[in-house]
Amino acid sequence: MPALEFDINKIRSDFPTLNQTVNNQPLVYLDSGATTQKPQCVIDTTVDFYTTKNANVHRGRHFLSENATLLYEDVRTQTADYFGVQSKEIVWTKGATESINLIANGIKNQIKTGDTIIITPVEHHANIVPWQVLAQQAGAKLAIMPLNEDGTFNITRCCEFIEKNKPKLIAITHASNALGNITDLSPLITCAKATGSLVLIDGAQSSMHLRPNLKALNCDFYVFSAHKMLGPTGLGGLYGRYELLNSLTPYQTGGEMIQTVTMTHSTYRDAPAKFESGTPNIAGVLGFGAALNYLTQLNYDEIIKHEQNIFKYAAEKLKKIDGITVYSDLNNNIGTLCFNYKDEHPYDLATLLDGYGVAIRAGHHCTQPLMAHLGLNGTLRASFAFYNNCDDVDKFINALRECIALLD
Amino acid sequence: MTNTFNQVTDSIKNASTWQQKYREIMLLGKTLPLLPDELKIDDALVPGCESKVWMFVEFDLTENALVVIGDSDTRIVKGLLALILALYNGLTPEQVIKVDAYEEFEKLGLISHLSPSRGNGVKAIVEKIKIMAQQKTL
Repeated sequence: MPALEFDINKIRSDFPTLNQTVNNQPLVYLDSGATTQKPQCVIDTTVDFYTTKNANVHRGRHFLSENATLLYEDVRTQTADYFGVQSKEIVWTKGATESINLIANGIKNQIKTGDTIIITPVEHHANIVPWQVLAQQAGAKLAIMPLNEDGTFNITRCCEFIEKNKPKLIAITHASNALGNITDLSPLITCAKATGSLVLIDGAQSSMHLRPNLKALNCDFYVFSAHKMLGPTGLGGLYGRYELLNSLTPYQTGGEMIQTVTMTHSTYRDAPAKFESGTPNIAGVLGFGAALNYLTQLNYDEIIKHEQNIFKYAAEKLKKIDGITVYSDLNNNIGTLCFNYKDEHPYDLATLLDGYGVAIRAGHHCTQPLMAHLGLNGTLRASFAFYNNCDDVDKFINALRECIALLD
Repeated sequence: MTNTFNQVTDSIKNASTWQQKYREIMLLGKTLPLLPDELKIDDALVPGCESKVWMFVEFDLTENALVVIGDSDTRIVKGLLALILALYNGLTPEQVIKVDAYEEFEKLGLISHLSPSRGNGVKAIVEKIKIMAQQKTL
């Protein structure tokens, strides 16, 4: 299908949530890093599933079940195509957090006492805690990747660190959820592969903004959340290089994932089925299919150009306000502005901004180690998506100026 | 409810805009005596999420009254804390149990600050005071 022309007004009209007032003000939604808004087609697909198509998948030999199974598996293929991998390499989970837990648990048998796992200080807690637990249980060591004072990576230093530590696995984010900074993964993965390390990429923030081709990226695992890429909440997934994926032990057991069950012994099916016990989030998967359709019908180059324009426009305006400190790397970013005003608590400004209908996040963003590294208790975070426009930026900046006046 | 509470809430009730209301709340927070740093201990933290609230709830036997002191690292929560302190400080445990902070916050148009999604711990502040009062009436 030819890509549709980029028309921001048309796009905004596709997202019903954007067209409302909050606290008697038009909503300015700048919290897409937490979750993206959903286009009408995603909502319609979910409603349509429950209205006319509802049946369980992979079991009934009746029309509705077979139809639901076909639609459900089609979305797995669609997701695999989106990421440039094979369908059988995609596992559905309830989100990126569960995906990391599934991998950390599944790989436990392959981690030996004394092995090293590298994580980084910019990670979301979801890409830290499961590795701490694994290291504890397997007797492995955690090594923390060096990070520049400003929260960016020095790739040369990182590669040296990888070579020195010879890790079994490196878990690293593609884009920081707090700062929006994009990690220059290619050289890191090359270096990791040369030392024989596996690489897991946290793609929660990058999956929509960067549309990575995972075969080209050459990572071993990649995790994502559907709701951060226009899809429904409660769904996510992971990519695993097939042989490796199939070598993991299941994290949850039960129906759907078994080959045979006797009272004393069971055998499992191959991946991805062995990781998908129980009835899956069928409506979520179909809704996610609609989200991917919507995303891929838009011209990626135009989306990115627009997102970056909005981001740069906002960054310029924000920096002009006296007393504002921006922590994000503005040259290499998915569209997230992480900032503070003087030593004011982010909670106060976010609360006041809400009065102006501006939705932004305040706090540590589930990245306490990064906040500690930057010497902060928390920040404000405005995260943009392609459905934001210049008007959003103007309203945000004007509101912020008024909020600051209220504080001073 | 104490007379102090009526005095401090007048300015909030009379605020003509929501901005003015927040300004009054933040000004109210500034009237709270500063909690010395040595009292800002983890044990005194009220479980909240994004803001820190330190609070001590004591019982004055001779006066048969609750004595609450506290502080917060945010201006708005500190103001809300001041409101709650004005509402409950000096009351007997029996009186504390009868005073409904939700009702008062509703009247002031501030009820959303007591919602669990705020993660500001204001709800927990009220609960901590109520629990103390209940223990004293047992």
